[in-house]
Amino acid sequence: MIVREPESRPEPRNFLEALGQKVFTLISEIGRASMICIEGTLCFRHLFRSRTRHEVIRQLHICAVKSLPVVTVVAFFIGMILALQIGIELRRYNQETLIGPAVMTSMLREMGPFMSGLVLAASVGAAMAAQIGTMMVNEEIAALEIMDISPVRFLVMPRLAAMMLTVPLLSFYTCMVGVVGGGLVSYTQLSVPWAVYWQNAMDFANMKALYVGLFKALLFGFTIVTVSCYEGFRTRNGAVGVGQATRQSVVTNFLVILVIGYFVTRLFY
Amino acid sequence: MIRFEHVTKRFGAKAVLDDVSFTIGRGEIFCILGPSGTGKSVTLKHMIRLLTPTSGRVIVGEDIVSEATGAALSNIRGRFGYLFQSAALLAWMNVYDNVSLPLREHSNLSEGEIRDRVMDALEKVGLEKDLYAMPADLSGGMQKRAGLARAIVTQPEIVLYDEPTSGLDPVTSRRIDELILDLNQRLGITSVVVTHDLHSALSISTRIAMLSAGKVASISTPSEFIHSDLPVARSFLDAQYITRRGRWEE
Repeated sequence: MIVREPESRPEPRNFLEALGQKVFTLISEIGRASMICIEGTLCFRHLFRSRTRHEVIRQLHICAVKSLPVVTVVAFFIGMILALQIGIELRRYNQETLIGPAVMTSMLREMGPFMSGLVLAASVGAAMAAQIGTMMVNEEIAALEIMDISPVRFLVMPRLAAMMLTVPLLSFYTCMVGVVGGGLVSYTQLSVPWAVYWQNAMDFANMKALYVGLFKALLFGFTIVTVSCYEGFRTRNGAVGVGQATRQSVVTNFLVILVIGYFVTRLFY
Repeated sequence: MIRFEHVTKRFGAKAVLDDVSFTIGRGEIFCILGPSGTGKSVTLKHMIRLLTPTSGRVIVGEDIVSEATGAALSNIRGRFGYLFQSAALLAWMNVYDNVSLPLREHSNLSEGEIRDRVMDALEKVGLEKDLYAMPADLSGGMQKRAGLARAIVTQPEIVLYDEPTSGLDPVTSRRIDELILDLNQRLGITSVVVTHDLHSALSISTRIAMLSAGKVASISTPSEFIHSDLPVARSFLDAQYITRRGRWEE
């Protein structure tokens, strides 16, 4: 899983060989990242050791509490933008009162998990990749291995546990804040009364949308930790390598979140 | 105790170690000297299987380290302490937590016993007053001493030192040297020291291996080494002489 030595492959002689090498590299990277995720999950049996509990609480603080301000701002404005865009169109048909359902449905089904996932990937995920990358470069990971402490149990598992709790909770929080933001725009810009907005919004809030959204958020939590830790563990070449790992973790997380989001939606709707 | 048998290590096309063979006896202080990039740290990392040889074997006692995995590798690693060049302290833990970490993870000692062991190790390296300092608040030398305390707190049979005196002032360097000697004489710890510090190597080692271009150029006692005619050893010795006496005094 933790690759300390550069992989050497022969120089490709033609396009097909180069393509084959890229596909092989991609598959082996997915395999290694999956192994980190699986081993991290199997390490949950250590979750109730006192030191692990402390570390999980520390990670919860980093993932949830420290992300709360930025998630609040993003969610609020996403709700406002949604309400404004949808409201302008609905007003042409005198259907402004349907803003609430539209905002509620989009927040619950897509925007809540997406926005919380993306914000956490960009903030917490990037920080994870940078921290583990720096530890790799400073030989702290090697020190853990020599002390016979599994880096996956010690570093990945607490982050995984914290993110599995955090992303669904923040996703739900994002939905609620977004709906409030949408309500504010509906009332101030589109003259839809609060009570009407809320009543219609709550009428369209169904449990399936909530569960699917939370399930997506849970998968995003797994993804963010797996990708970020994997990028951290494969860091080489000092500060430049840490920068590359951080950037790569954000890019990969964004892509994987979008792809997973689509397929989960496709699966349930 | 530690045996390298025809170890070759390649990174891509480049052979960093090329057919390296030597044996380190129990209780020895074995120094590995050589110019930068000759594979000294790579040699050290093979002893604890942070790296695996491309060919050849590394044997510790009766165990083949280069082939060990799982519990066998854990057992072998349990016999080692390792001082990293960068100290490699965990940044979010204070000195006490860093030093106590291996005990907390692998022993059934009570909190009081852990504290005694940690304080003993910290006293040995002169850091008993800085136990609650964070690594970022320590100087490079103090970090290294904290790293050394962590390496010896489990009372290992073998301690590997990667550049233990690099970046340290001469007083602290000599203190580290004395500590390595003391651990060797009092507890019989086998030490393998990778260093550029010729003064340190000559004063503490029982034998010195000179690495050059991935090969063992010579293995000799300090007195043999200082009279060596080997060009790479000579250049090392002459460079030290010029720095200390020659050009400086002119």
